[in-house]
Amino acid sequence: MTRVLMEGSEAIAEAMVVAGCRFFAGYPMTPFTEVLEHMARKLPAHGGVCMNAESELEAVGMAWGAAATGTPAATGSVGQGLSLMQESLSEITLARIPLVVLNMSRGQSDYYQATRGGGHGDYRHLVLAPMDVPEAVELVQLAFHWSEKWRNPVLVFGDYYLAHVYQSVDVEPIDFGPRPPRSWALDGSSGGSGRAKLLSPLGDVKQRDDVGYDLEDYYRRRAVETAAMVEGEPALVETGFLEGAEVVVVAHGTPGKYVRFAVQAMRADGLPVGFVRPISLVPFPTDEVAAASARARVVAVYENSMGQMIDDVRLAVLGRAPVHFIGGLTMDKSGFGVGPDNDVRVIRSRIEAVLVGEPSGSSGSVQGANA
Amino acid sequence: MTADHRAMVIPTQQPPEEPASLVDDFTPELIDVGAHQLCPGCGEPVAMRSVLEAVADLDAIQRAIAVFGIGCYTAFSNNLDCEVLQALHGRAPSLATGIKRVKPDTLAFTIQGDGDMVNEGLQEVIHAAARGENITCFMLNNGVFGETGGHLTATTVLGQRTKNTLEGRNAKDHGYPIRLSTLLAQLDGATYVARAAVNSAGNVAKAKRMIKRALEVQLRGEGFSFVEILTMCPTGWFIETQEAPDYLTDNLAAVHAIGVVKDQRA
Amino acid sequence: MTASEVVSRGTLVIDVEACKGCDLCIDACPPNVLVMTTHQVNTRGYRYPELMPGCTGCKACAQVCPDFVFQVYKYDTPLVRMVDDFLDGDGGRDGQEGE
Repeated sequence: MTRVLMEGSEAIAEAMVVAGCRFFAGYPMTPFTEVLEHMARKLPAHGGVCMNAESELEAVGMAWGAAATGTPAATGSVGQGLSLMQESLSEITLARIPLVVLNMSRGQSDYYQATRGGGHGDYRHLVLAPMDVPEAVELVQLAFHWSEKWRNPVLVFGDYYLAHVYQSVDVEPIDFGPRPPRSWALDGSSGGSGRAKLLSPLGDVKQRDDVGYDLEDYYRRRAVETAAMVEGEPALVETGFLEGAEVVVVAHGTPGKYVRFAVQAMRADGLPVGFVRPISLVPFPTDEVAAASARARVVAVYENSMGQMIDDVRLAVLGRAPVHFIGGLTMDKSGFGVGPDNDVRVIRSRIEAVLVGEPSGSSGSVQGANA
Repeated sequence: MTADHRAMVIPTQQPPEEPASLVDDFTPELIDVGAHQLCPGCGEPVAMRSVLEAVADLDAIQRAIAVFGIGCYTAFSNNLDCEVLQALHGRAPSLATGIKRVKPDTLAFTIQGDGDMVNEGLQEVIHAAARGENITCFMLNNGVFGETGGHLTATTVLGQRTKNTLEGRNAKDHGYPIRLSTLLAQLDGATYVARAAVNSAGNVAKAKRMIKRALEVQLRGEGFSFVEILTMCPTGWFIETQEAPDYLTDNLAAVHAIGVVKDQRA
Repeated sequence: MTASEVVSRGTLVIDVEACKGCDLCIDACPPNVLVMTTHQVNTRGYRYPELMPGCTGCKACAQVCPDFVFQVYKYDTPLVRMVDDFLDGDGGRDGQEGE
């Protein structure tokens, strides 16, 4: 065990390398850029390739091609850059190609994009939301494992803090057991055999041209596989202090760590509060949120956005308790989501307001910069 | 021809009984033909066949990966006995780049139309050429978006009638065509850039030679290679199939001139 | 009615069912020995080419055909046939009514 003080971006890059990633492509964008820098430095030393693509579209395209050969591959950006990649991400998912995608987001307003998928069609990505650098080191490795297990892209939903905070971490490879054989991967060798492989979002079986693709059949099969993935992978979640909690606070990512700390401090002061911290956003820990809400008086949702995860919370709570929004947009002048509300005292005061029955602002409204 | 010509018809259902040798079976083994659905007189199957013949001639079928764009030719992604990675409209060059960077021993080439490559994907092919990416890109250029019914692309020539330029493309309303091969030849990373056509037997033979040279550039690791193959599209040109070869010569080849545009092979 | 010797150096196997009646082979054939049927069609409704004497085995037809209709053969010894003179003396058809 060697603990090293590392910037989050570097720890994430190191985690990708120990997970077996041997191809990375990206385009510089704050706060994702350092991940690209670290991969450019690390990958060649491990026999991998890092491409500084000329655009986000080309970055995801290069990762798509590399991944199609069975090489563990990843790309990433910020939400804005991922917006550019959406068509490709949809099609990569339909083609069942494993890929890890990083969103080093500016705040948490990309929750819809991450969990609903910003692309077209009926597809899902598994989504993991680390709260800090040590958790990110584990979740990044899990992402590679899940993406090969399900032959589906997996998104790691980070943010500015995660990218730029230094923490001491031990990037040890995690053994997830044997991975499925990559019989779908392309390398040319099945050419001329009469059964040359096809990797396509339109179908997975070669047909004579007078038969052609059957998209109806293929999309239905994909839908079955997607449902199996979302229902078959248990959600990852951390809960705390739920015993006797009158207010249950739900938060993910970096703010999740702040909320956890605030709740812990409030409990130490005898206040009946608890938390649920989704770690996987897809699949969402619906059962845990539902169970916590059944015994609580009110559910509060804290997120750095106008309220996106709150939709999934409301669906899980399903009217068992009122759901109050205590988050909001919080950022500095550059809009990077490093805002004054990421402050344990601010969060605590908002939870206290809910506890005494006076939530600041109505549920779902945009909060100001100060509580 | 009189009605009596039928007495002269040579039987052609079986190989000849007289001693003879097969000169060529132009049904390539690498295409699972079941009478493909492309239009009568379409040049794209001829171009596809030429590419696959070149791959087979170079003995490279067991390392070939074809990256397909989206167009009428996408039908072939489904029935080639060659490994295929299906890309999005315009995006094949970046996929081929990813393949080649992690598997440098493969023969990675793209099959794209003019709409795919010069409209949607112009930056992709330009960047791949500028990087000297060791891949080969093939553009099947018929001056229209064929699959959607025959619409204007960035290579449509002035005067050409398409569904959205019914009076003929004019510079004032629709701008000028892009001569992509000419553009790519200016990039230092492009080693071999050529324009071919499949509208006559002679041109088809020439096309095959250019295609083979381009693939050899990749096999020898000499940088980016590109062949633009002008193909007939009588449906998209609103003309009879028999008129298409001359239409290609008189209109498309007049702007996108056939020949080797750049050759910096070692 | 007179007849002439017509030499065929080559011959074809024509996959009638693959043909889509595009006529490109007709114009591509240098000795003009391919003729489209007029009333006969294949099972998909397309007219298709038939071969007359005089094929040189140059494979131009196969080069231009989009539907992979042709297999081209070359005789070990050129075949000579006596063909009635329906046509102009150059041995090929010219699309005109016979004289």
